[in-house]
Amino acid sequence: MIAATEQLGTYLESFTEFQKRAAGRDLPWLQNLRESAFARFCEVGFPTTHDEDWRFTNVSPIAKTSFELSRDATVTKQEVKRLGVAGLGCQLVFINGKFSRGLSAIGQLPAGVSVNSLAEEISANSNSVESHLGRYLDTHRDSFSALNTAFAEDGGYVHVRRGVVLTDPIYLLFVSTANDKPLMSHPRNLIVIENEAQATIVEDYVSIGETAAFSNTATELIAGENAMVSHYMIEREHRQAFNISTLRIQQGRSANVSSHSVLLGGGLVRNNVHPVLAGEGGECLINGLFIGNGHQHLDNYMQVEHASPHCASRQFYNGILDDHAHGVFHGRIIVHKDAQKTDAKQTNRNLLLSDDARIDTKPQLEIYADDVKCTHGATIGQIEENALFYLRSRGIDEISARKLLLLAFANECLDRMAPSVARDHVENLIHAHLLLIANSVKPLSTVARNEDLGRNVEEIG
Amino acid sequence: MSLLEIKNLHVKVDNHEILKGIDLTVNAGEVHSIMGPNGSGKSTLAQVLARREAYDVTEGQIIYNGKDLLEMKAEDAACEGVFLAFQYPVEIPGIGNAYFMRSALNAIRKYHGLDEMDAMDFLPLFKEKLKLLEMDEKLLNRSVNEGFSGGEKKRNEILQMALLEPKLAVLDETDSGLDIDALRIVAKGVNTLRGPERAMIVVTHYQRLLNYIVPDFVHVLVNGRIVRSGGPELALELEETGYAVPA
Repeated sequence: MIAATEQLGTYLESFTEFQKRAAGRDLPWLQNLRESAFARFCEVGFPTTHDEDWRFTNVSPIAKTSFELSRDATVTKQEVKRLGVAGLGCQLVFINGKFSRGLSAIGQLPAGVSVNSLAEEISANSNSVESHLGRYLDTHRDSFSALNTAFAEDGGYVHVRRGVVLTDPIYLLFVSTANDKPLMSHPRNLIVIENEAQATIVEDYVSIGETAAFSNTATELIAGENAMVSHYMIEREHRQAFNISTLRIQQGRSANVSSHSVLLGGGLVRNNVHPVLAGEGGECLINGLFIGNGHQHLDNYMQVEHASPHCASRQFYNGILDDHAHGVFHGRIIVHKDAQKTDAKQTNRNLLLSDDARIDTKPQLEIYADDVKCTHGATIGQIEENALFYLRSRGIDEISARKLLLLAFANECLDRMAPSVARDHVENLIHAHLLLIANSVKPLSTVARNEDLGRNVEEIG
Repeated sequence: MSLLEIKNLHVKVDNHEILKGIDLTVNAGEVHSIMGPNGSGKSTLAQVLARREAYDVTEGQIIYNGKDLLEMKAEDAACEGVFLAFQYPVEIPGIGNAYFMRSALNAIRKYHGLDEMDAMDFLPLFKEKLKLLEMDEKLLNRSVNEGFSGGEKKRNEILQMALLEPKLAVLDETDSGLDIDALRIVAKGVNTLRGPERAMIVVTHYQRLLNYIVPDFVHVLVNGRIVRSGGPELALELEETGYAVPA
C-alpha cells in the first residue's frame, strides 16, 4: 500500500487525461464505474507480500515504475502475420491495448455472433455492454481489477446468441510495442455466450521490442445455461514485461467452461482465474501450463467458487522451471453453504530443472457445505534419470530425450485441450519453447542430486 | 575379430566394487547366458554395456565391434547396435509407444546416414512386429509402458529389439515375472532374431528361460566374478546344485 502512493500522481494524471477522451465518457453508468474503480484503487493501492493472496509475488517493480498510458504505434501487417496464427478467419489485433481495424480481420460470422472492439461497441451499442461490463469482476478486493476497470475502454467484445455454435476460435492478439518510456495498457474483454451457445476464445499476449511494459488485463466471461466455452490465455511477451491478467467466469446452469492458461513469456506474470459456478450442474476445467527460465516469475492464482449444488471443477496445473525461475500455484476452492454434492479436484505438478528454480504451491480449501468431495495434491520433482537413460539407451540423444520428457509432461495439459486451431497454435509454441529449455539445461551429472540437499521431493517422469 | 571383448572389467557403484575382473568374449552369431544369484553383478554388467553413466569403470576395457565401448555415450552405443532389454522397463507417461519407437528408430537411422521414416512407413513395420510378439494394437498409442502388465512390459522390450535390430542384444532378466505363455512368446520373439550377424547376452536368474532360448555358452557370475563357463548343460547342472561355488 505504501508502494502505491509513490506513483499515485502519475496514475491520477493518466486517469484525468483518459476521462477526457475515452470512449463512452458521456455515459453516466460507465463514468461512474470507472470513477468508483479508480477511487477504490487509490484507496487500496497495489498489494504487498503481507497480503495473503500475494505472499509469493512482489509487485513493487510495478508499483515503483511510472507508466504512461499506451499511445498509438505503428505495427506492420507482416509483423502481425509473424506473431499471429495463420488460417484463422476472425482475428482482432490490439496494439498497446488499442484496437487496430487495419490489422484485424473479422471475416464472415454466423448469424447471431457479434465480434467487435469494446470501444466501438460502447460507442455504437452501449446497452449491450452495460448489462454485463463490470458486473462480475471483483474491484473491491483486487486492486489490479480496480485499476483495469478505471481504464476500461478497449479490448475484445464477443457476443454469441442463444443456441449458436461457433466452431472457429475468435482470436484476440494483444501486441505491446517498444517505447522510450514504460507503457501500460489495460485491455478489457467482454465475452457473452448465451444459453446453449458454443464458442472458443483465444487471448494471446505478445510483444515487439524489449522495453518495460505493463499489461493489466481483465476478461469477464459469461457462460449461459448449457453453454460450452473454451478460453485460452497465452502469455509470451518479452522478459521486461509485467503481465497481470484476470479471467472472471460466470457460469449458468449446466454450463461447461474450460480455461487454458499457458504462460511462457513475461518477466513478472500473475494469472488470476476466477470462475463462479452459479447454476446447478455446471462444470469447469481450469487447465494450465507455466514454463519459466532465467529470472521469470510466474504466478498462477485460482479461485474456484462453487455457489450451486452438483457442480464439478477440475484444476490441473503443470509447471516447468529452470535457472532462477520462480513459479507459484495458489489454488483456492470455496464451496458455499448450499453447494452440496460439489466435486472439486486440484492437482499441481512441477518439474524443477535447476537448484535455483523455485515453486511455491498452496492449496486453500474453504468448505461451508457438508456433502462435498474436494481433493488436492501437489508434486515437485526433477526429470527422472531412469527415464532419460531409457530413452538414450534406444539411441535418442540427451537433448532430444530431455525435450521428449518435458514434452510428455507438458502434454498432460495439451491433452486436456479439445482438438482445434487454438490447440495446434499452443502446441507449436510449447514445442519451440521446450526445445530452447532442453538445449540450455545442464547435464544431470553437474546438478547436485536432490538427496544431497535433504529436500523432500518426489520424482516424476 | 570378436564382436565383444570384455577384459578385466572392474566396476564400482557408489564406491562399492560390484564387478571384480570380468573377462568375456562374444562372437557374432552366439548366444551367451549369464546366470548367477542375486547381487552377483549381472545387472551391473548389463547396464555398463548399455553405458549407464552412474556406473564407474575403474579398470579394464570393453572392445565392441573394434571400438572402445567405454568411450561411448548411451545413445552412441545404441546407434552402434547395442541394445539392453531392461529388467524393469521404465514407464514414461505422455509419450506414445509408437512415437517413442519411431523416434528411436529414426535416431539410429540418422546416425547411419539413412532417411528418417515417416509415420506412414513406420506403421506397417510396427504392426508386423506387434504381431510377432502377439501384442494388442491398442498398445500402439498408449504411453510407453504406462499401465502395462509385467508381461506386456517385457514383450514391449523385445518389440523394441525386433524393431531396432541390434548387433548385440543384452536381455536383463527378461524372463522374471512372466507366466509360461508370456515366456513362450518372448522366447519366440528372441529366437526369431537369432542370426549369424547378431549376438545375445541373456542374463537370467532362472534356468527355465534357457529351455526356450538355448544358449551356446553359459557363464556363472558369483560375487563379481565369472566362476564357471560351459555349454548349455551347465545351466541344467546349476538347476540341480544351485549357485554354490565349487571348491
